[in-house]
Amino acid sequence: MTREGWIRLLIVAAAIAALEALCRTGLIHRTVLLAPSEMVVSLWHILQVGELNDDILSTLRNVLLSAAIASVLGFALGAVIHALPRVRHAVEPLLASYYAIPTFMFYPIFIVVFGVGAQAIIAIAVLLSIVAMITATLTGLDRIPPVLRKTARVFRMSPAKRAVMVDLPAAAPYLFTGVKLTFAYSLIGVIASEFILSGAGIGYAIAYAYNNFNNPRMYGLMLLVIIVAVAANTALDAVDRRLQARLRR
Amino acid sequence: MPAPEVHARLTGVTRIYGAGTSGTKLHALGPVDLTLERGEFFSVVGPSGCGKSTLLDVLAGLAVPTDGTVEFEGKAIRGVPDGVGVVFQEDASFAWLTVRDNVAFGLRRAGVDAAEIARRVDYAIGFMGLRDFANAYPSQLSGGMRQRVCIARTLVLQPRLILLDEPFGALDQQTRLLMGDELLRLWRETGATVLLITHALDEAAMLSDRVGVMSARPGVFIDFVATGWPRERDSRIVSDAHFGAITARLWEKLRAESLKSLGSAP
Amino acid sequence: MRKAGDFLILIVVLLAVWQVLHMIAGDTTLTSPADTFAKLGALMRTEQFWANVAETGQAFALALVISIVGGVGIGTLLGLNRTSGTVSEPILISLYSLPKVTLYPLVLLCFGLGMSAKVAFGAMHGLIPVALFTMKAIMHIKPVYLRTARALRLSPGQVAATIALPAVLPEVMAGARLGFSLSLLGVLIGEMFASKRGLGFMINSAMGLGDIATIMAVAVFLSVFAVAANALLLVIDRAIPR
Repeated sequence: MTREGWIRLLIVAAAIAALEALCRTGLIHRTVLLAPSEMVVSLWHILQVGELNDDILSTLRNVLLSAAIASVLGFALGAVIHALPRVRHAVEPLLASYYAIPTFMFYPIFIVVFGVGAQAIIAIAVLLSIVAMITATLTGLDRIPPVLRKTARVFRMSPAKRAVMVDLPAAAPYLFTGVKLTFAYSLIGVIASEFILSGAGIGYAIAYAYNNFNNPRMYGLMLLVIIVAVAANTALDAVDRRLQARLRR
Repeated sequence: MPAPEVHARLTGVTRIYGAGTSGTKLHALGPVDLTLERGEFFSVVGPSGCGKSTLLDVLAGLAVPTDGTVEFEGKAIRGVPDGVGVVFQEDASFAWLTVRDNVAFGLRRAGVDAAEIARRVDYAIGFMGLRDFANAYPSQLSGGMRQRVCIARTLVLQPRLILLDEPFGALDQQTRLLMGDELLRLWRETGATVLLITHALDEAAMLSDRVGVMSARPGVFIDFVATGWPRERDSRIVSDAHFGAITARLWEKLRAESLKSLGSAP
Repeated sequence: MRKAGDFLILIVVLLAVWQVLHMIAGDTTLTSPADTFAKLGALMRTEQFWANVAETGQAFALALVISIVGGVGIGTLLGLNRTSGTVSEPILISLYSLPKVTLYPLVLLCFGLGMSAKVAFGAMHGLIPVALFTMKAIMHIKPVYLRTARALRLSPGQVAATIALPAVLPEVMAGARLGFSLSLLGVLIGEMFASKRGLGFMINSAMGLGDIATIMAVAVFLSVFAVAANALLLVIDRAIPR
């Protein structure tokens, strides 16, 4: 690990230790925050007992589904928009301001349309993450160096062959960045939706635990979300860096 | 004829990165002895990585030598002395200011009064051929124009010693030759002492009164070549036979050093 | 001119799609564009609506100020030193991609229900991108600018005010635009989850009553505001020479 990596580890460890100390000494009250060690114990307990396994699996399934749908659909839409310059010019300002819109306000509409359930959640998560993929696709296709296209023409490749053997690998780093963002937004979208109103999932379980003053369960689940989010994003980011390094000449 | 006056002097200057720490050390420069006469145009050539830029940093007061002394106008320097101007290799023009505001920048920070600023800035802009672009932003200009802005910004401060670190490195050959002419014009008009770092032998041979040849790292001077050109010169002296002789002599010394820095046997 | 025309065509297309969806789904599921705008007009004539707007607006304004001031401050401190910047970046990025809504119960336990909790939600969301962008901008100031500052013998104060600040402004603006959107999002989600006042609460209670028209009217109102504000910030952004 690099020197910075060690320093980072040290800082995070020190922060957790400080939190532990503050909680144990009672400076932070038990009704507000549990000590980190207690959170770990609670999470372990939750996983062992298995009572919430359905919720956990439901959330993970929804996240993966949303990310997959948003990635594929986003790529397809991005490719189409890229091929139609006039459409792109009209749509681009909208795409740029898309993330200004608080997409979550549309959640109740989806509930009315799909009912309370996985579909509404997936719909919102896809809505939240798809534009990141579209933008990444546009950038990726833009950034294919023209000289590669010229080379494909010199080799007399058909458009389909060129798309698969030249465009896709050349744009891959940018596309993967899109996938990384899509996953992150899907995770946020699913958990937030479950939180606000849902009958199942980790987000709902946290809200339920909160409403029932069940702090141990609540914090155990929070810890789970943090671990999953950090682990997944770190892993995807590592792959992303590798691919980006390819671009650096 | 008055005896040549020493304007700046480096005595036994070395620069070792990491000196005084337990980590790896890099002996970048020296020991270097150099005397600059007031009003002379002096170039430094040398292979990549030999420490030319470090030499400039030390002379400008931007870096402290590990050993040796640096004197400017008879006094040891501490930090950047008054009367020294520096033009860097990279484009240092501020993207958020117009050409005029860029050129005026140093004067404004020094608290010079507005009328004087206007006068000097107008002169410098005219001198460097930037009058048509005075209200443009650097992003609208070519690389050569931006370097002119940087030179103008230094010029208005009326430095007595001008240090240039490969200022034309990023430009194409033709632009370089013309910029060289501009530099000569500047030198004659201001009467300043000029030290130019360059990797281009022809540039050094054409522009300078004297050329110092540096060895591969750690850089030390292995030759000083006096060109003997008249003060009124421009890029057309490339056609003079003497020019070829100077360039040949520079390359003769430099070739072996360049091979060394590339890692092959001479 | 053609661009504006194309954009208008797009708006018309979107409205048409909306209308078609309405006709398929029916009145109880999706209100038509016309009815939605009528409902919005009616709402805007009530005092209650504007009271909710004020509630959300207040929380948002405070959250935004905290996000920008705090974000620029933290970002600057972390970015000044190369090591602290490199160490902090992954931590900030992790915080950025964390579903911060999971931490809402903690915020409520600290602040209780009310304005300060909402402001905290908004600030939580908005501060991180501003800090991240500011930090990276400071770390990426062209080294030659700093060498020029030394060659010109500027004081640290002069370097900060006349070189560092203008140099980082474009990137800080980009972070601020993101912080703007995310603060608003944070406040709204907070209101949807745990508040008795504000536009988020309005949406949530309308959902409980099955009042689609109100949900959509408020959503349109917020969308127009958000897009207009973002467009304004973009205009300011473009005006900065870089």
